[in-house]
Amino acid sequence: MSFMGDLMNPAPLWHNGPSPGAFYSFPGNATSLRPTGHTVQDFRAHSATPITTTTTVIGLRFDKGCVLAADTLGSYGSLARFRDCNRLQKVNDLTLLGAGGDYADYQYLRDIIEQKIIDEQCIGDGLQLKPKSLHCWLTRVLYNKRSKMDPLWNNYVVAGVQDGEPFLGSVDKLGTAYEDATIATGLGAYMATPLLRDATEKGPLDEESAKALVRKCMEVLFYRDARSFPRYQLGVVTSAGVTVEEPVELKHDWSLAHMIHMK
Amino acid sequence: MLSLNENFPEYAVPGAKQVRFEPYADNGGSVVAIAGDDYAVIGADTRLSTGFSIYTREQKKLFKLSDLTVLGATGCWCDTLTLTRLLQARMRMYEHEHNKAMSTPAVAQMLSTMLYYKRFFPYYISNVLAGLDAEGKGCVYSYDPIGHCERSNYRAGGSAGAQLQPLLDNQIGLKNMQNVQEAPLPREKALALLKDVFISAAERDIYTGDCIYILIITASGIQEEKFQLRKD
Repeated sequence: MSFMGDLMNPAPLWHNGPSPGAFYSFPGNATSLRPTGHTVQDFRAHSATPITTTTTVIGLRFDKGCVLAADTLGSYGSLARFRDCNRLQKVNDLTLLGAGGDYADYQYLRDIIEQKIIDEQCIGDGLQLKPKSLHCWLTRVLYNKRSKMDPLWNNYVVAGVQDGEPFLGSVDKLGTAYEDATIATGLGAYMATPLLRDATEKGPLDEESAKALVRKCMEVLFYRDARSFPRYQLGVVTSAGVTVEEPVELKHDWSLAHMIHMK
Repeated sequence: MLSLNENFPEYAVPGAKQVRFEPYADNGGSVVAIAGDDYAVIGADTRLSTGFSIYTREQKKLFKLSDLTVLGATGCWCDTLTLTRLLQARMRMYEHEHNKAMSTPAVAQMLSTMLYYKRFFPYYISNVLAGLDAEGKGCVYSYDPIGHCERSNYRAGGSAGAQLQPLLDNQIGLKNMQNVQEAPLPREKALALLKDVFISAAERDIYTGDCIYILIITASGIQEEKFQLRKD
């Protein structure tokens, strides 16, 4: 009887539409009217769920530029799987990009961005992709992917200097984009953001105090975020250019740990 | 679409939890617009949030579409960004084609059409459009996410919309009151009322707060104003 198809679970009338005799079910709506326990997965979507993930990216704007920081751990669920996942990328002399979330999706987009920069240099007119343009471009790419229900499972933080002004912006997997003086993705949104906002509300920061603050945040996150790692990279962008330092080891001290008794 | 249970029963592991992708986010925010005889005021808070965290405290949610039209949009921020870009592009196309700026009622109708075009994968936004119409009278248009459009003189939308609308009904619509006389609403009173309702909203709605960004549309141009709200 296979020529009759599956009578109990008929195919929808049109793409993402209702099945015959059923109500329309909005995409992503959990109250699907299909029989319970009936799991549907579209195998064309390659990242319906993140696999190798990275955690927080921290971004902070200071008077003449921006600092980004991110650790180098690629987690496979709760397994600390890859220990050397660099995720701060120098895009060009104006722009620094940081990424969190699915590492494979980041590598895919990083290669595309690198090719964009090469193409641009080949034109040879001396024009460069500006931070706001990259930020806007990422918004469109991520929004289009989410609209196909095949998202790139990442948070991007774009840092740069445009027309002498520092720029710090973020885009998430839906294409939600905003600019702010402080940005922290993932668990950092809960633990680093309060520290960063507290410092920026007291007045403008200089480069040294901004770097020191970001290092402090990385330390706090390492103590509390179970998917973090003591090795991290720090990148700075000013009008003088972009520098991404080699990964450094965080100093951590657990000598107090024996005094903490959980009941 | 392939169904796991029928074709690959061994893959449907009970208890294995998958993160399901949700294409919409609720980024909160409220808009209020009030129209008078020769002006329209529109205000939106500047808090952009998700769940219990605030993305930024200074996100403007009002879009100056022309000298006479302003759109306030809250809800799913990624949809807002996309819709407003598309709207601005189509208004520019209209301007090149007809050699004049779009009137507010024309923008209002186009917005409704653009929202309904995405009927089966809607822009999850609550839109409030304010401006001056062809006669120079203030007007407010409000929408649901799939394009239903209604013209009125005052409207609250967004996360605190349901809390603010009754207050506006009472204070501007003069509803549920006895022995009241209808009188045109002066601009100063509209502005004061707008600030008052946002102060109330910020007390009750965690998605509304930080600051209100207000635009006052008159025939002589668009004025800007900012007003601080509670930041917790």
